[in-house]
Amino acid sequence: MSQMILDWSLLAAQLMLGVCMLATLYRMVRGPRAQDRILALDALYVVGLLLLVTLGIRTGSTIYFELAMLIGLLGFVGTVALAKFLMRGEVIE
Amino acid sequence: MKRLLPYPVLAALLLLMWLVLQQSIGLGQILLGGAVAVAAALAASAILPGRVRFRGLTSLLQLVAVAGIDIIRSNIAVLLILINPRAEPSAGFIKMELQLTNQFGLAVLACLLTATPGSAWLEYDGEHNTVLIHVLDLADKDEWIATVRHRYERLLLEIFQ
Amino acid sequence: MIDELPLWLAILVSVCVVVGAGLTMAGCLGLVRFPDFYRRIHAPTMGTSMGGGLILLASAIFFTVTEQRLVIHELVIFLFVTVTTPVTLMLLARATLFRDRIEEARETEDGSRQ
Repeated sequence: MSQMILDWSLLAAQLMLGVCMLATLYRMVRGPRAQDRILALDALYVVGLLLLVTLGIRTGSTIYFELAMLIGLLGFVGTVALAKFLMRGEVIE
Repeated sequence: MKRLLPYPVLAALLLLMWLVLQQSIGLGQILLGGAVAVAAALAASAILPGRVRFRGLTSLLQLVAVAGIDIIRSNIAVLLILINPRAEPSAGFIKMELQLTNQFGLAVLACLLTATPGSAWLEYDGEHNTVLIHVLDLADKDEWIATVRHRYERLLLEIFQ
Repeated sequence: MIDELPLWLAILVSVCVVVGAGLTMAGCLGLVRFPDFYRRIHAPTMGTSMGGGLILLASAIFFTVTEQRLVIHELVIFLFVTVTTPVTLMLLARATLFRDRIEEARETEDGSRQ
């Protein structure tokens, strides 16, 4: 019974996060400008992180935690580099 | 001691993070994490702009509580704007002057304002000590400035200056 | 590990996960709906503040009960995300302001030339 409640609500949450990913992808493809795409990419990283956390609850293993952490770290560094590129046109200066 | 451990609080927090990530409080992890923390704090002394001076632990706790409440409140506010299809939020920019000049205090204020949905810190002008904020649902400019002053800046001034 | 999942745990975790995912979804739909960049900047912070916080809280509660020890490493992710999102958003906003100003200056230059 309680396993069933948990499974269904996790499925609902994962579907909602999937809708999130589609929404960010729409913004990434449509633009219209570069900063909109980067903002959408940043949001996509966060949604991916949350999706991995829900996957971890579903499978009952803490392995996904490390992956979520890694996505968070890479997302931050990537977005900062891209924002810096928008500002100056170069990443390393 | 001071040469080896220039930032004891930072090192302690790093050690705590190491232990939480390792999920163990064995002696080996404490020693290893301690070594990493001391090395990282030494490295940080080369890049940190100055020493953080905390004053007023109660103000800090009060700030955490205020920020938590405001994050929940503004989440609900933005959610209401989003689920109402006809809502046209009157977004706008605010340029406000700050009394706060401490760099760490400004960083905390910037993070707080941006982390709450509905307001974003855009640009800080160090020369005039003004900041440009974008607000999603701007009903009353002066009321907004007063809220920031009263709720956050007062506490941050008590903590950092 | 425990064999049987207690009902209160299932309900608590379910509520946290569903509400968190719902808030994140609302934020991401705002990313689609809002008409300009400065308004869109407010949308993802819903996912990183309360939406993500609730999902990570659900994970922490779930593993603390099922593994029968304190599992709080989700807190590290939460702190990391709440601290880094404002930094990236500020950098992006500043880059956008910079680009807008350059474009504005170019437009007025073109206008005065004609």
